[in-house]
Amino acid sequence: MNEHETLGERLEQQGISRRAFLKFCTAMASMMALPPSAATAIAEALIKAKRPSVIWLSFQECTGCTESLTRSHSPTLESLIFDMISLDYHHTLQAASGHGAEKSREDAMQNFFGKYLLVVDGSIPLNDGGVYSTIAGRTNLDLLEEAAKGAAAIIAVGTCAAFGGIPNAKPNPTGAVAVSDIIKDKPIINISGCPPIPAVITGVLAHYLTFGELPELDELGRPKSFYGETIHDRCYRRPFYDQGKFAKSFDDEGARNGWCLFELGCKGPTTHNACATTKWNGGTSFPIESGHGCLGCSEPHFWDAGSFYTPLSAPTANLETIAAGAAVVGAGIAVALSAADRAKKRRTQQAHEKLTVKEL
Amino acid sequence: MATSLNRGVQSMIEQIDAPMATFFSACVHCGLCADACLFYTETQDPKYTPIHKLAPMRRVWQQEFTFWGKLMSKLGLSKPVTDAELAEWEPLVYDSCTLCGRCSLVCPVGNDIAYMVRKMREGMVASGHAPDGLKGATRRAIELGSPMGITIKTLQAHFKHAEQETGLVVPLDREGADYLLVLSSAEIANFSEIIPAVTRIFHQADVSWTMASDGFEATNSGIQIGSSDLAAELVNRIVKAAERLKVKYVISPECGHAYTALRWEGPNLIGRPYPFEVVHIIELLDQLRGEGRLRTTGMDDTRMTFHDPCQMVRRGGVINQPRNLLNMFAPNFVEMPDAGVQNWCCGGGGGVSANPRADELRLKVFSKKKSQLEAIDVTTVVTSCSNCRTMLEEGLEHNHMDLNVIGLTELIAQHLASPEKQ
Amino acid sequence: MNQQELLDFVRGTGLQIAAAVFVLGMVYRMLHLMLLGRKKNLAAPRGTEWGPGLRTMWHRSIPSVGLTSRGYFIVISGYIFHLGFLITLLFLSQHIDLFRSVFGFGWPALSPGLITITAILTIAAMIALLVHRYTDPVKRLISDYQDYLTWTLTFLPLLTGIMLKQGIALGYQQMLIVHIITLELLMIATPFTKLVHMFTTFSARWYNGAISGFKGIKV
Repeated sequence: MNEHETLGERLEQQGISRRAFLKFCTAMASMMALPPSAATAIAEALIKAKRPSVIWLSFQECTGCTESLTRSHSPTLESLIFDMISLDYHHTLQAASGHGAEKSREDAMQNFFGKYLLVVDGSIPLNDGGVYSTIAGRTNLDLLEEAAKGAAAIIAVGTCAAFGGIPNAKPNPTGAVAVSDIIKDKPIINISGCPPIPAVITGVLAHYLTFGELPELDELGRPKSFYGETIHDRCYRRPFYDQGKFAKSFDDEGARNGWCLFELGCKGPTTHNACATTKWNGGTSFPIESGHGCLGCSEPHFWDAGSFYTPLSAPTANLETIAAGAAVVGAGIAVALSAADRAKKRRTQQAHEKLTVKEL
Repeated sequence: MATSLNRGVQSMIEQIDAPMATFFSACVHCGLCADACLFYTETQDPKYTPIHKLAPMRRVWQQEFTFWGKLMSKLGLSKPVTDAELAEWEPLVYDSCTLCGRCSLVCPVGNDIAYMVRKMREGMVASGHAPDGLKGATRRAIELGSPMGITIKTLQAHFKHAEQETGLVVPLDREGADYLLVLSSAEIANFSEIIPAVTRIFHQADVSWTMASDGFEATNSGIQIGSSDLAAELVNRIVKAAERLKVKYVISPECGHAYTALRWEGPNLIGRPYPFEVVHIIELLDQLRGEGRLRTTGMDDTRMTFHDPCQMVRRGGVINQPRNLLNMFAPNFVEMPDAGVQNWCCGGGGGVSANPRADELRLKVFSKKKSQLEAIDVTTVVTSCSNCRTMLEEGLEHNHMDLNVIGLTELIAQHLASPEKQ
Repeated sequence: MNQQELLDFVRGTGLQIAAAVFVLGMVYRMLHLMLLGRKKNLAAPRGTEWGPGLRTMWHRSIPSVGLTSRGYFIVISGYIFHLGFLITLLFLSQHIDLFRSVFGFGWPALSPGLITITAILTIAAMIALLVHRYTDPVKRLISDYQDYLTWTLTFLPLLTGIMLKQGIALGYQQMLIVHIITLELLMIATPFTKLVHMFTTFSARWYNGAISGFKGIKV
């Protein structure tokens, strides 16, 4: 693969029309909340941009993130991601295997030191020397630390890489952590979601190629343009929430009428993602549209935030047992302290000397 | 052992029981009790807010009976009650509270504030902070047998007079009588007409009664000053006399605090139930009326009203009886505003009348009673507490109001049908 | 700790701590008060204690003694505040979700619009009562720091609740966190402040009714 090739040359080779490319750029501009005029600028920048080398490391993951990117059922703009970059290593997608595969990674790391993008999906296990996930006999931690050294930036794709995800869920037997827990000296951009929205990955890459820097991030390292609002903010069922119309079960009248799923545990109000606007499967729908509440998969610890079916206003922990215990302890303290108080009263009563008229 | 701050605080600790602690912990400082207290309504001075009168004792409760309070005082973060503070509170606890209990009726969280002030006085008197007037009255009660210094000799002179007037015998120390009558010194000193009145009524109703030479004084200054020790001594005199004469009933006279002392506090003060019953004279008269043993004659057209003595009515539960009795002969009887359980105090109960320091304030707050009476335009005020009666007379005179004040028993005697002439 | 972790904490462990302190504190306070005991009344009763005590527990909710205009203000604002607070607490659908998850049963909710109006009225009544506490000479004299502290602790959940519901300031998640924290502070403070009156009011009324009932007086 030629590392000096520009994206324009690449598109030409692939026979992609300028019209289709502009359409992609317009979509990107809109997703990144840029004015429509920015589309042309993006297009011009992208055409000239050198396709960066990308090393994609997959750790403790389910390949769902890669699936999300590659398994769009119709040709989509998202597929353009593979035209924008030079994917030099991705052990699921690459044809090479064994030493050949590892060599391409080592070559890229060497040739593009300080310039390549490192994409990570999956979390990194730390327990027991990291033995729970190894590639070519090396631990994920080892591979990550090595690859991070020469990376211009790291893109943590999916909730596992971004926040630890499901491997990190209690009791976390492998000691799984997020990329940002290990790498402290490189810019990291988190594209969370289980899986993340493919267009968001593309958007971030487009932004990087266009402006040569990472987009503005929120406190969790996620691009604000995609994670700035909650599902609830943009949900088409929001009017029902405001009117107090809630589905009480998945097959009641409220559910059939498309009422708000808050009481069925929808995490939309606290979940930052673009599902409600970008949607899935080529803009077909998103979970709430299919009648199920949001699971909150783009937020840290979403697996441990209580049941998916517990309303946000309800406690995520058991209160009954602890309250019963507290009642017993409270009663015990009351009995003990009141015994002391009664004894004090008794003492004062015993010490009481009758008031006589002489003393008045 | 002399009175001291420590002795006062210890007394307060002794007094704190479940209701008291519950009341303190329930108070939300809403300030509604102020509007129920005539000392506040007539002066608009916030220091007369009933619950404010408990402030030092509230701190004793906090410091001695609550977890945080104990902790804070251990750490030296809550200031202990001082002598100066109790001295400052003395006029609030004694001069401006008649224990009338109107605040206990209005408190939305249900605090019986009068119950609380009664308990606080135990601490006040033990700490030496009781008004001189009340101290003197109590001293006289214990040492001379009566707060007004009335002796059995004085009483016997009244008996002789009554016997001459009625032609009937006033029984003294008659063992085996059903009823033992006790009187308050205010009645004996100021309204001795009560003696011939009850003599005639009891004769008509054929009541077997007596008085006791060693237990005739019903007034209990010990209750007013707030010393259970002294109150018990005073109650005990009556109990002993009643037991000596083997009576079935003791009649509490037209005196509010005497009724509370004898009827409700007495057995608790002496630590045992009585072997006799205590009835209020108005209660007994109404019972006799019901049995047809008390008969009046004629009607009294006078426009009259009834002033409810707090301890008999709101705190004593003798509420309808005086009305039943008045209905026998008073067609123009009218109720004043807030009559009955909610009536306003005369201003002199709870030892206030025995405390000359409080006179000025007491006469000032009489304006409440004045406006109540002005609202109904009556010529006669009937009551059944000799202390209320004195306070009404003084208050009316002070306000230049020309109204008659009379005791109910006396008024009934005036209208008594005359079976003795049979 | 990021926001999501904070939310998980306040919905989980935080609520457990608050519930434990609340229950422990309340059981302790109520039992401790009761166990202090009272002397057996040796006087001959004219009436009973239990019936009149129970009667006063609810009857005292209705003012029976004539009120001044000052009294009317306190009672009416107090009523709006207490009822409004209870309605908001008990009849907002999100709150019912909470009760359902703890007690296993729920009840019908009021419409969000109605709850918002109630909450605004409640807030107005609370502000009026605060101003009155500061300006009325009686209330000012008998108030201490705790009266202002408990006012604040009671006011905050209402205010943050309305802000959460109406989307005023902060995002839903942040406001939800703040709202739950204010609730937890209220729960933790209740047993150790005058807020304990939410229970002791009823025991105090019982004693008052019982003391009078013993003497045969209805209060």
